[in-house]
Amino acid sequence: MVQASSQNFVEIRDMSFSRGDRAIFDNVTLRIPRGRITTIMGPSGTGKTTLLRLIGGQLRPDSGHILVDGHDVPKLKRSQLYDLRKRMGMLFQSGALFSDLTVFENVAFPLRVHTELPESMIRDLVLMKLSAVGLRGARDLMPSELSGGMARRAALARSIIMDPDMIMYDEPFTGQDPIAMAVIVQLVRLLNDAMGLTSVLVSHDIQESLSITDHLVIIADGKVMGEGSPVELRDHGSDFVQQFLQGLPDGPVPFHYPAGDYTEDLIGGGGR
Amino acid sequence: MSLWLQQIGRQTLHRLATLGRSALFLAGGALFIPRLIFSRLFIQQLFSTGVLSLLIIIVSGLFIGMVLGLQGYTILVDYGSEQAIGQMIALTLVRELGPVVTALLFAGRAGSALTAEIGLMKATEQLSSLEMMGVDPLRQVIAPRLIAGFLALPLLAMIFSIVGIWGGKMVGVDWLGVYEGAFWSNMQSAVDFSDDVLNGVIKSIVFGVVCTWIAVFQGYDCVPTSEGISASTTRTVVYSSLAVLGLDFVLTAVMFGEF
Repeated sequence: MVQASSQNFVEIRDMSFSRGDRAIFDNVTLRIPRGRITTIMGPSGTGKTTLLRLIGGQLRPDSGHILVDGHDVPKLKRSQLYDLRKRMGMLFQSGALFSDLTVFENVAFPLRVHTELPESMIRDLVLMKLSAVGLRGARDLMPSELSGGMARRAALARSIIMDPDMIMYDEPFTGQDPIAMAVIVQLVRLLNDAMGLTSVLVSHDIQESLSITDHLVIIADGKVMGEGSPVELRDHGSDFVQQFLQGLPDGPVPFHYPAGDYTEDLIGGGGR
Repeated sequence: MSLWLQQIGRQTLHRLATLGRSALFLAGGALFIPRLIFSRLFIQQLFSTGVLSLLIIIVSGLFIGMVLGLQGYTILVDYGSEQAIGQMIALTLVRELGPVVTALLFAGRAGSALTAEIGLMKATEQLSSLEMMGVDPLRQVIAPRLIAGFLALPLLAMIFSIVGIWGGKMVGVDWLGVYEGAFWSNMQSAVDFSDDVLNGVIKSIVFGVVCTWIAVFQGYDCVPTSEGISASTTRTVVYSSLAVLGLDFVLTAVMFGEF
Protein backbone atom coordinates (compact mmCIF):
# COMPACT_ATOMS: atom_id res chain seq x y z
CA MET A 1 0.00 0.00 0.00
CA VAL A 2 1.39 3.33 -1.04
CA GLN A 3 0.92 6.05 1.56
CA ALA A 4 -0.18 9.46 0.41
CA SER A 5 0.59 12.68 2.18
CA SER A 6 -2.57 14.42 3.40
CA GLN A 7 -1.28 17.76 2.15
CA ASN A 8 -1.50 16.63 -1.43
CA PHE A 9 -4.75 15.76 -3.10
CA VAL A 10 -2.99 14.11 -6.03
CA GLU A 11 0.42 12.51 -6.02
CA ILE A 12 2.01 10.99 -9.09
CA ARG A 13 5.01 8.78 -8.46
CA ASP A 14 7.44 7.35 -11.03
CA MET A 15 4.69 7.26 -13.61
CA SER A 16 5.45 6.29 -17.20
CA PHE A 17 3.02 6.30 -20.07
CA SER A 18 3.53 5.73 -23.77
CA ARG A 19 1.44 5.68 -26.91
CA GLY A 20 2.74 3.04 -29.27
CA ASP A 21 6.50 3.52 -29.37
CA ARG A 22 6.34 7.14 -28.26
CA ALA A 23 6.96 7.79 -24.56
CA ILE A 24 4.67 10.57 -23.35
CA PHE A 25 5.75 10.46 -19.69
CA ASP A 26 8.98 8.99 -18.43
CA ASN A 27 9.14 8.39 -14.67
CA VAL A 28 7.22 11.51 -13.79
CA THR A 29 6.77 12.44 -10.14
CA LEU A 30 4.65 15.44 -9.19
CA ARG A 31 2.17 16.55 -6.56
CA ILE A 32 -0.97 18.62 -6.55
CA PRO A 33 -1.49 20.30 -3.18
CA ARG A 34 -4.91 20.15 -1.52
CA GLY A 35 -7.05 23.27 -1.59
CA ARG A 36 -4.79 25.15 -4.00
CA ILE A 37 -4.74 25.98 -7.68
CA THR A 38 -2.10 24.01 -9.52
CA THR A 39 -1.28 24.87 -13.10
CA ILE A 40 0.35 22.36 -15.40
CA MET A 41 2.13 24.05 -18.28
CA GLY A 42 4.20 22.91 -21.17
CA PRO A 43 4.54 23.18 -24.94
CA SER A 44 1.71 21.84 -27.10
CA GLY A 45 1.77 18.09 -27.54
CA THR A 46 3.61 17.33 -24.28
CA GLY A 47 0.66 15.40 -22.92
CA LYS A 48 -0.90 17.89 -20.52
CA THR A 49 -4.41 16.76 -21.37
CA THR A 50 -3.18 13.15 -21.25
CA LEU A 51 -2.06 13.83 -17.69
CA LEU A 52 -5.57 14.91 -16.73
CA ARG A 53 -6.98 11.76 -18.32
CA LEU A 54 -4.48 9.68 -16.36
CA ILE A 55 -5.55 11.35 -13.13
CA GLY A 56 -9.20 10.76 -14.03
CA GLY A 57 -8.49 7.11 -14.78
CA GLN A 58 -9.55 7.33 -18.43
CA LEU A 59 -6.06 6.13 -19.36
CA ARG A 60 -3.83 3.70 -17.52
CA PRO A 61 -0.14 4.36 -17.05
CA ASP A 62 2.41 1.72 -18.07
CA SER A 63 3.94 1.87 -14.60
CA GLY A 64 3.97 3.96 -11.43
CA HIS A 65 1.33 5.27 -9.05
CA ILE A 66 -1.32 7.94 -9.41
CA LEU A 67 -2.80 8.64 -5.99
CA VAL A 68 -5.97 10.70 -5.80
CA ASP A 69 -6.90 11.37 -2.19
CA GLY A 70 -5.05 8.21 -1.22
CA HIS A 71 -6.62 5.95 -3.88
CA ASP A 72 -4.25 4.46 -6.45
CA VAL A 73 -6.31 5.21 -9.56
CA PRO A 74 -4.84 2.59 -11.96
CA LYS A 75 -5.52 -0.17 -9.43
CA LEU A 76 -9.16 0.73 -8.73
CA LYS A 77 -11.98 -1.53 -9.89
CA ARG A 78 -14.38 -0.05 -12.42
CA SER A 79 -17.09 0.66 -9.83
CA GLN A 80 -14.61 2.21 -7.38
CA LEU A 81 -13.22 4.38 -10.15
CA TYR A 82 -16.71 5.60 -11.06
CA ASP A 83 -17.35 6.40 -7.40
CA LEU A 84 -14.10 8.34 -7.16
CA ARG A 85 -14.98 10.29 -10.30
CA LYS A 86 -18.12 11.61 -8.61
CA ARG A 87 -15.71 13.57 -6.42
CA MET A 88 -13.83 14.99 -9.40
CA GLY A 89 -15.12 17.58 -11.81
CA MET A 90 -13.62 18.10 -15.22
CA LEU A 91 -14.07 21.01 -17.56
CA PHE A 92 -13.28 19.95 -21.11
CA GLN A 93 -11.78 22.29 -23.64
CA SER A 94 -14.93 22.26 -25.76
CA GLY A 95 -17.23 22.32 -22.74
CA ALA A 96 -18.66 18.96 -23.87
CA LEU A 97 -22.23 19.97 -23.07
CA PHE A 98 -24.85 17.46 -24.19
CA SER A 99 -26.15 19.01 -27.37
CA ASP A 100 -29.66 17.59 -27.02
CA LEU A 101 -30.30 19.07 -23.55
CA THR A 102 -30.91 22.64 -22.41
CA VAL A 103 -28.40 24.42 -20.19
CA PHE A 104 -30.59 23.66 -17.16
CA GLU A 105 -30.86 19.96 -18.01
CA ASN A 106 -27.14 19.76 -18.71
CA VAL A 107 -26.33 21.09 -15.26
CA ALA A 108 -29.03 18.94 -13.65
CA PHE A 109 -27.79 15.80 -15.43
CA PRO A 110 -25.31 14.50 -12.80
CA LEU A 111 -27.92 15.05 -10.05
CA ARG A 112 -30.56 13.17 -11.96
CA VAL A 113 -28.24 10.23 -12.63
CA HIS A 114 -26.56 9.99 -9.24
CA THR A 115 -29.20 11.13 -6.77
CA GLU A 116 -32.88 10.67 -5.98
CA LEU A 117 -33.41 14.30 -5.02
CA PRO A 118 -36.89 15.80 -5.46
CA GLU A 119 -37.40 18.05 -8.48
CA SER A 120 -37.72 21.22 -6.39
CA MET A 121 -34.33 20.63 -4.78
CA ILE A 122 -32.69 19.85 -8.12
CA ARG A 123 -34.10 23.11 -9.44
CA ASP A 124 -32.70 25.11 -6.53
CA LEU A 125 -29.27 23.51 -6.74
CA VAL A 126 -29.02 24.00 -10.50
CA LEU A 127 -30.10 27.64 -10.25
CA MET A 128 -27.52 28.26 -7.50
CA LYS A 129 -24.70 26.86 -9.60
CA LEU A 130 -25.91 28.65 -12.73
CA SER A 131 -26.07 31.87 -10.76
CA ALA A 132 -22.50 31.32 -9.57
CA VAL A 133 -21.32 31.31 -13.19
CA GLY A 134 -23.69 34.11 -14.17
CA LEU A 135 -25.95 32.05 -16.43
CA ARG A 136 -29.16 31.79 -14.40
CA GLY A 137 -30.96 33.70 -17.16
CA ALA A 138 -29.65 31.36 -19.86
CA ARG A 139 -31.12 28.22 -18.33
CA ASP A 140 -33.53 27.51 -21.18
CA LEU A 141 -31.05 27.98 -24.00
CA MET A 142 -29.66 25.06 -25.99
CA PRO A 143 -25.86 24.62 -26.11
CA SER A 144 -25.86 25.61 -29.80
CA GLU A 145 -27.22 29.03 -28.78
CA LEU A 146 -24.34 29.79 -26.40
CA SER A 147 -21.11 31.59 -27.18
CA GLY A 148 -17.86 29.71 -26.54
CA GLY A 149 -17.32 31.46 -23.20
CA MET A 150 -20.88 30.84 -22.06
CA ALA A 151 -20.67 27.16 -23.04
CA ARG A 152 -17.57 26.81 -20.91
CA ARG A 153 -19.24 28.53 -17.96
CA ALA A 154 -22.30 26.28 -18.31
CA ALA A 155 -19.99 23.27 -18.40
CA LEU A 156 -18.26 24.64 -15.32
CA ALA A 157 -21.60 24.84 -13.50
CA ARG A 158 -22.22 21.20 -14.47
CA SER A 159 -18.83 20.07 -13.23
CA ILE A 160 -19.39 21.62 -9.78
CA ILE A 161 -23.01 20.50 -9.34
CA MET A 162 -22.00 17.42 -7.32
CA ASP A 163 -19.77 19.58 -5.08
CA PRO A 164 -16.57 17.76 -6.04
CA ASP A 165 -13.35 17.85 -4.04
CA MET A 166 -11.25 18.51 -7.10
CA ILE A 167 -11.83 20.10 -10.46
CA MET A 168 -9.65 19.77 -13.53
CA TYR A 169 -9.68 22.42 -16.23
CA ASP A 170 -8.46 21.47 -19.68
CA GLU A 171 -7.20 24.61 -21.45
CA PRO A 172 -9.99 26.81 -20.06
CA PHE A 173 -8.67 30.04 -21.58
CA THR A 174 -8.01 28.86 -25.13
CA GLY A 175 -9.95 30.70 -27.82
CA GLN A 176 -11.70 33.10 -25.46
CA ASP A 177 -12.07 36.84 -25.95
CA PRO A 178 -10.47 39.00 -23.23
CA ILE A 179 -13.72 39.55 -21.34
CA ALA A 180 -14.74 35.87 -21.35
CA MET A 181 -11.18 34.98 -20.36
CA ALA A 182 -11.23 37.40 -17.41
CA VAL A 183 -14.57 35.97 -16.29
CA ILE A 184 -13.22 32.41 -16.33
CA VAL A 185 -9.97 33.40 -14.59
CA GLN A 186 -11.99 35.00 -11.82
CA LEU A 187 -14.38 32.05 -11.58
CA VAL A 188 -11.53 29.56 -11.21
CA ARG A 189 -10.14 31.50 -8.27
CA LEU A 190 -13.49 32.23 -6.64
CA LEU A 191 -14.76 28.68 -6.90
CA ASN A 192 -11.52 27.28 -5.57
CA ASP A 193 -11.67 29.48 -2.48
CA ALA A 194 -15.42 29.43 -1.89
CA MET A 195 -15.88 25.68 -2.28
CA GLY A 196 -12.56 24.62 -0.79
CA LEU A 197 -11.69 22.83 -4.01
CA THR A 198 -8.42 21.53 -5.28
CA SER A 199 -8.03 22.92 -8.79
CA VAL A 200 -5.82 21.61 -11.56
CA LEU A 201 -5.40 23.80 -14.58
CA VAL A 202 -3.83 22.77 -17.85
CA SER A 203 -2.92 25.80 -19.86
CA HIS A 204 -0.31 27.61 -21.87
CA ASP A 205 -1.69 31.06 -21.31
CA ILE A 206 1.12 32.18 -19.04
CA GLN A 207 -0.13 35.57 -17.86
CA GLU A 208 -3.66 34.40 -17.01
CA SER A 209 -2.46 31.25 -15.29
CA LEU A 210 0.29 32.94 -13.28
CA SER A 211 -2.18 35.53 -12.01
CA ILE A 212 -4.24 32.94 -10.13
CA THR A 213 -2.05 29.91 -9.60
CA ASP A 214 -0.53 28.83 -6.29
CA HIS A 215 1.57 25.99 -7.61
CA LEU A 216 3.13 25.63 -11.03
CA VAL A 217 4.37 22.49 -12.78
CA ILE A 218 6.17 22.74 -16.10
CA ILE A 219 6.43 19.57 -18.15
CA ALA A 220 8.19 18.92 -21.45
CA ASP A 221 9.63 15.88 -23.20
CA GLY A 222 7.88 13.57 -20.76
CA LYS A 223 9.59 15.03 -17.71
CA VAL A 224 8.87 17.63 -15.04
CA MET A 225 11.13 20.55 -15.89
CA GLY A 226 10.22 22.69 -12.92
CA GLU A 227 7.78 22.68 -10.02
CA GLY A 228 7.04 25.29 -7.36
CA SER A 229 5.31 28.59 -6.72
CA PRO A 230 5.28 31.14 -9.57
CA VAL A 231 7.89 33.20 -7.68
CA GLU A 232 10.18 30.21 -7.24
CA LEU A 233 9.93 29.34 -10.92
CA ARG A 234 10.61 32.90 -12.04
CA ASP A 235 14.09 32.51 -10.54
CA HIS A 236 14.48 28.92 -11.74
CA GLY A 237 17.91 28.03 -13.11
CA SER A 238 16.71 25.94 -16.04
CA ASP A 239 17.04 27.54 -19.48
CA PHE A 240 13.96 25.73 -20.65
CA VAL A 241 11.80 27.11 -17.82
CA GLN A 242 13.06 30.60 -18.57
CA GLN A 243 12.42 30.22 -22.30
CA PHE A 244 8.93 28.95 -21.64
CA LEU A 245 7.88 31.50 -19.03
CA GLN A 246 9.26 34.40 -21.03
CA GLY A 247 7.97 33.06 -24.31
CA LEU A 248 11.29 33.31 -26.18
CA PRO A 249 11.19 32.00 -29.77
CA ASP A 250 14.57 30.23 -29.63
CA GLY A 251 16.44 28.46 -26.85
CA PRO A 252 16.58 24.88 -25.60
CA VAL A 253 13.43 24.37 -27.67
CA PRO A 254 14.86 25.24 -31.09
CA PHE A 255 13.09 27.39 -33.64
CA HIS A 256 13.92 24.88 -36.39
CA TYR A 257 12.37 21.47 -36.73
CA PRO A 258 15.31 19.00 -36.89
CA ALA A 259 16.70 18.96 -40.44
CA GLY A 260 19.90 18.13 -42.33
CA ASP A 261 22.61 20.61 -43.24
CA TYR A 262 21.10 23.74 -44.79
CA THR A 263 23.86 24.38 -47.41
CA GLU A 264 23.86 20.80 -48.54
CA ASP A 265 20.10 20.85 -48.80
CA LEU A 266 20.15 23.90 -51.09
CA ILE A 267 23.15 23.01 -53.23
CA GLY A 268 22.66 19.27 -53.27
CA GLY A 269 19.47 19.66 -55.31
CA GLY A 270 17.92 16.30 -56.03
CA GLY A 271 14.32 15.48 -55.19
CA ARG A 272 12.25 17.09 -52.46
CA MET B 1 7.51 -10.75 -50.23
CA SER B 2 8.16 -10.79 -46.49
CA LEU B 3 6.93 -7.20 -46.25
CA TRP B 4 3.77 -8.23 -48.00
CA LEU B 5 3.27 -11.12 -45.59
CA GLN B 6 3.91 -8.79 -42.68
CA GLN B 7 1.26 -6.47 -44.00
CA ILE B 8 -1.29 -9.29 -44.24
CA GLY B 9 -0.43 -10.46 -40.74
CA ARG B 10 -0.76 -6.98 -39.29
CA GLN B 11 -4.08 -6.37 -41.02
CA THR B 12 -5.45 -9.71 -39.84
CA LEU B 13 -4.38 -9.08 -36.26
CA HIS B 14 -5.84 -5.59 -36.38
CA ARG B 15 -9.17 -6.90 -37.65
CA LEU B 16 -9.26 -9.68 -35.09
CA ALA B 17 -8.55 -7.18 -32.33
CA THR B 18 -11.39 -4.95 -33.57
CA LEU B 19 -13.73 -7.94 -33.69
CA GLY B 20 -12.76 -8.85 -30.11
CA ARG B 21 -13.29 -5.27 -28.96
CA SER B 22 -16.68 -5.14 -30.61
CA ALA B 23 -17.73 -8.41 -28.93
CA LEU B 24 -16.69 -7.08 -25.51
CA PHE B 25 -18.49 -3.85 -26.32
CA LEU B 26 -21.71 -5.68 -27.20
CA ALA B 27 -21.50 -7.78 -24.06
CA GLY B 28 -20.79 -4.70 -21.92
CA GLY B 29 -23.72 -2.79 -23.41
CA ALA B 30 -26.08 -5.77 -23.26
CA LEU B 31 -25.44 -6.14 -19.51
CA PHE B 32 -27.28 -2.88 -18.91
CA ILE B 33 -30.24 -3.71 -21.12
CA PRO B 34 -32.43 -5.39 -18.45
CA ARG B 35 -32.26 -2.26 -16.29
CA LEU B 36 -33.31 -0.02 -19.14
CA ILE B 37 -36.53 -1.62 -20.35
CA PHE B 38 -39.23 1.06 -20.39
CA SER B 39 -36.85 3.76 -19.18
CA ARG B 40 -37.12 7.22 -20.72
CA LEU B 41 -33.79 6.76 -22.49
CA PHE B 42 -35.01 3.62 -24.21
CA ILE B 43 -38.34 5.15 -25.27
CA GLN B 44 -36.51 8.15 -26.74
CA GLN B 45 -34.24 5.90 -28.76
CA LEU B 46 -37.11 3.69 -29.89
CA PHE B 47 -38.72 6.87 -31.18
CA SER B 48 -35.69 8.06 -33.11
CA THR B 49 -34.67 4.69 -34.56
CA GLY B 50 -38.12 3.18 -34.98
CA VAL B 51 -40.82 5.80 -35.33
CA LEU B 52 -38.71 8.14 -37.45
CA SER B 53 -37.90 5.25 -39.83
CA LEU B 54 -41.60 4.51 -40.36
CA LEU B 55 -42.05 6.77 -43.37
CA ILE B 56 -39.29 5.23 -45.47
CA ILE B 57 -40.38 1.71 -44.45
CA ILE B 58 -44.05 2.26 -45.26
CA VAL B 59 -43.39 3.95 -48.60
CA SER B 60 -40.83 1.32 -49.66
CA GLY B 61 -43.06 -1.52 -48.49
CA LEU B 62 -45.98 -0.15 -50.45
CA PHE B 63 -44.04 0.19 -53.69
CA ILE B 64 -42.33 -3.17 -53.37
CA GLY B 65 -45.69 -4.84 -52.75
CA MET B 66 -47.16 -3.06 -55.77
CA VAL B 67 -44.28 -4.12 -58.01
CA LEU B 68 -44.59 -7.70 -56.77
CA GLY B 69 -48.30 -7.64 -57.62
CA LEU B 70 -47.62 -6.30 -61.09
CA GLN B 71 -44.76 -8.63 -61.94
CA GLY B 72 -46.48 -11.64 -60.38
CA TYR B 73 -49.62 -10.99 -62.35
CA THR B 74 -47.87 -10.63 -65.72
CA ILE B 75 -46.04 -13.93 -65.22
CA LEU B 76 -48.86 -15.95 -63.63
CA VAL B 77 -51.59 -14.77 -66.01
CA ASP B 78 -49.87 -16.69 -68.85
CA TYR B 79 -50.57 -19.91 -66.94
CA GLY B 80 -54.03 -18.85 -65.90
CA SER B 81 -53.06 -18.96 -62.25
CA GLU B 82 -53.11 -15.28 -61.38
CA GLN B 83 -55.10 -16.05 -58.21
CA ALA B 84 -51.83 -17.34 -56.79
CA ILE B 85 -50.33 -13.85 -56.57
CA GLY B 86 -51.69 -13.52 -53.04
CA GLN B 87 -49.58 -16.42 -51.88
CA MET B 88 -46.59 -15.32 -53.96
CA ILE B 89 -46.61 -11.77 -52.57
CA ALA B 90 -47.10 -12.89 -49.00
CA LEU B 91 -44.39 -15.57 -49.06
CA THR B 92 -41.86 -13.33 -50.78
CA LEU B 93 -42.44 -10.53 -48.34
CA VAL B 94 -42.72 -12.49 -45.13
CA ARG B 95 -39.79 -14.82 -45.81
CA GLU B 96 -37.33 -12.60 -47.65
CA LEU B 97 -38.06 -9.06 -48.72
CA GLY B 98 -39.63 -7.92 -45.45
CA PRO B 99 -36.64 -8.69 -43.21
CA VAL B 100 -33.92 -8.05 -45.82
CA VAL B 101 -35.12 -4.80 -47.39
CA THR B 102 -36.14 -3.42 -44.01
CA ALA B 103 -32.67 -4.20 -42.65
CA LEU B 104 -30.98 -2.52 -45.64
CA LEU B 105 -33.17 0.56 -45.27
CA PHE B 106 -32.64 0.53 -41.50
CA ALA B 107 -28.87 0.47 -41.97
CA GLY B 108 -29.07 3.44 -44.31
CA ARG B 109 -31.59 5.46 -42.33
CA ALA B 110 -31.14 4.63 -38.64
CA GLY B 111 -27.74 2.89 -38.61
CA SER B 112 -25.87 5.73 -40.25
CA ALA B 113 -27.58 8.22 -37.94
CA LEU B 114 -26.57 6.17 -34.88
CA THR B 115 -22.94 6.01 -36.00
CA ALA B 116 -22.74 9.71 -36.80
CA GLU B 117 -24.45 10.70 -33.55
CA ILE B 118 -22.23 8.58 -31.31
CA GLY B 119 -19.13 9.54 -33.33
CA LEU B 120 -19.92 13.23 -32.85
CA MET B 121 -20.53 12.67 -29.15
CA LYS B 122 -17.07 11.15 -29.01
CA ALA B 123 -15.47 13.95 -31.05
CA THR B 124 -17.06 16.65 -28.88
CA GLU B 125 -15.87 14.84 -25.71
CA GLN B 126 -19.43 14.16 -24.54
CA LEU B 127 -18.60 10.49 -23.97
CA SER B 128 -15.48 11.42 -22.03
CA SER B 129 -17.38 13.92 -19.95
CA LEU B 130 -19.95 11.22 -19.08
CA GLU B 131 -17.13 8.99 -17.90
CA MET B 132 -15.67 11.81 -15.83
CA MET B 133 -19.06 12.43 -14.23
CA GLY B 134 -19.01 8.84 -13.06
CA VAL B 135 -21.63 7.75 -15.62
CA ASP B 136 -20.79 4.76 -17.79
CA PRO B 137 -21.41 5.70 -21.46
CA LEU B 138 -22.23 2.05 -22.13
CA ARG B 139 -25.21 2.41 -19.82
CA GLN B 140 -26.28 5.92 -20.70
CA VAL B 141 -25.63 6.07 -24.44
CA ILE B 142 -24.95 2.62 -25.85
CA ALA B 143 -27.37 0.23 -24.12
CA PRO B 144 -30.55 2.25 -24.85
CA ARG B 145 -29.59 2.46 -28.53
CA LEU B 146 -28.82 -1.25 -28.71
CA ILE B 147 -32.11 -2.37 -27.21
CA ALA B 148 -34.06 0.17 -29.29
CA GLY B 149 -32.46 -1.12 -32.50
CA PHE B 150 -32.94 -4.76 -31.53
CA LEU B 151 -36.66 -4.13 -31.05
CA ALA B 152 -37.31 -1.60 -33.80
CA LEU B 153 -36.11 -3.67 -36.75
CA PRO B 154 -38.41 -6.69 -36.25
CA LEU B 155 -41.36 -4.35 -35.73
CA LEU B 156 -40.49 -2.35 -38.84
CA ALA B 157 -40.08 -5.57 -40.85
CA MET B 158 -43.59 -6.66 -39.83
CA ILE B 159 -45.02 -3.30 -40.83
CA PHE B 160 -43.12 -3.51 -44.12
CA SER B 161 -44.63 -6.91 -44.93
CA ILE B 162 -48.15 -5.86 -43.99
CA VAL B 163 -48.00 -2.68 -46.06
CA GLY B 164 -46.41 -4.64 -48.94
CA ILE B 165 -49.24 -7.18 -48.95
CA TRP B 166 -51.72 -4.33 -48.98
CA GLY B 167 -49.88 -2.72 -51.92
CA GLY B 168 -49.88 -6.03 -53.80
CA LYS B 169 -53.59 -6.42 -53.18
CA MET B 170 -54.22 -2.91 -54.48
CA VAL B 171 -52.52 -3.69 -57.76
CA GLY B 172 -53.60 -7.32 -58.14
CA VAL B 173 -57.18 -7.17 -56.91
CA ASP B 174 -58.33 -3.57 -57.21
CA TRP B 175 -56.51 -2.69 -60.39
CA LEU B 176 -55.92 -5.88 -62.39
CA GLY B 177 -59.08 -7.62 -61.27
CA VAL B 178 -57.88 -10.81 -59.57
CA TYR B 179 -60.74 -12.36 -57.58
CA GLU B 180 -60.37 -11.13 -53.99
CA GLY B 181 -61.62 -14.31 -52.33
CA ALA B 182 -59.00 -16.38 -54.14
CA PHE B 183 -56.31 -13.82 -53.36
CA TRP B 184 -56.82 -14.03 -49.59
CA SER B 185 -57.71 -17.73 -49.32
CA ASN B 186 -54.66 -18.77 -51.36
CA MET B 187 -52.52 -16.64 -49.13
CA GLN B 188 -54.09 -18.05 -45.98
CA SER B 189 -53.62 -21.65 -47.01
CA ALA B 190 -50.05 -21.21 -48.30
CA VAL B 191 -48.51 -19.16 -45.51
CA ASP B 192 -47.62 -21.24 -42.48
CA PHE B 193 -47.23 -19.43 -39.20
CA SER B 194 -44.16 -21.16 -37.81
CA ASP B 195 -42.45 -21.99 -41.13
CA ASP B 196 -42.88 -18.62 -42.78
CA VAL B 197 -43.95 -15.88 -40.39
CA LEU B 198 -41.88 -17.00 -37.43
CA ASN B 199 -38.79 -17.66 -39.55
CA GLY B 200 -39.15 -14.20 -41.06
CA VAL B 201 -39.36 -12.69 -37.59
CA ILE B 202 -36.29 -14.63 -36.48
CA LYS B 203 -34.41 -13.31 -39.51
CA SER B 204 -35.38 -9.73 -38.71
CA ILE B 205 -34.33 -10.17 -35.08
CA VAL B 206 -30.90 -11.41 -36.22
CA PHE B 207 -30.59 -8.52 -38.67
CA GLY B 208 -31.68 -6.08 -35.96
CA VAL B 209 -28.95 -7.26 -33.61
CA VAL B 210 -26.27 -7.24 -36.31
CA CYS B 211 -27.16 -3.87 -37.87
CA THR B 212 -27.49 -2.08 -34.53
CA TRP B 213 -24.34 -3.66 -33.18
CA ILE B 214 -22.35 -2.57 -36.25
CA ALA B 215 -23.78 0.95 -36.23
CA VAL B 216 -23.29 1.62 -32.53
CA PHE B 217 -19.82 0.07 -32.40
CA GLN B 218 -18.64 1.98 -35.47
CA GLY B 219 -19.69 5.21 -33.78
CA TYR B 220 -18.08 4.32 -30.46
CA ASP B 221 -14.85 3.10 -32.03
CA CYS B 222 -14.47 5.82 -34.66
CA VAL B 223 -11.50 8.14 -34.97
CA PRO B 224 -12.96 11.33 -33.47
CA THR B 225 -12.34 13.62 -36.43
CA SER B 226 -14.59 14.64 -39.30
CA GLU B 227 -12.85 12.17 -41.66
CA GLY B 228 -13.05 9.44 -39.03
CA ILE B 229 -16.78 9.91 -38.50
CA SER B 230 -17.49 9.97 -42.22
CA ALA B 231 -15.44 6.79 -42.76
CA SER B 232 -17.24 5.07 -39.88
CA THR B 233 -20.65 6.06 -41.20
CA THR B 234 -19.78 4.62 -44.61
CA ARG B 235 -18.48 1.45 -42.97
CA THR B 236 -21.73 1.07 -41.04
CA VAL B 237 -23.80 1.06 -44.21
CA VAL B 238 -21.39 -1.18 -46.16
CA TYR B 239 -20.77 -3.72 -43.40
CA SER B 240 -24.45 -3.86 -42.41
CA SER B 241 -25.60 -4.40 -46.00
CA LEU B 242 -23.04 -7.13 -46.63
CA ALA B 243 -23.75 -8.79 -43.29
CA VAL B 244 -27.49 -8.76 -43.92
CA LEU B 245 -27.22 -10.24 -47.42
CA GLY B 246 -24.66 -12.85 -46.36
CA LEU B 247 -26.55 -13.84 -43.23
CA ASP B 248 -29.80 -13.99 -45.17
CA PHE B 249 -28.37 -16.72 -47.37
CA VAL B 250 -27.13 -18.67 -44.36
CA LEU B 251 -30.42 -18.31 -42.49
CA THR B 252 -32.47 -19.19 -45.57
CA ALA B 253 -30.35 -22.29 -46.12
CA VAL B 254 -30.87 -23.37 -42.52
CA MET B 255 -34.60 -22.55 -42.41
CA PHE B 256 -35.83 -23.52 -45.86
CA GLY B 257 -33.03 -25.60 -47.39
CA GLU B 258 -33.76 -29.29 -47.82
CA PHE B 259 -30.51 -31.06 -47.08
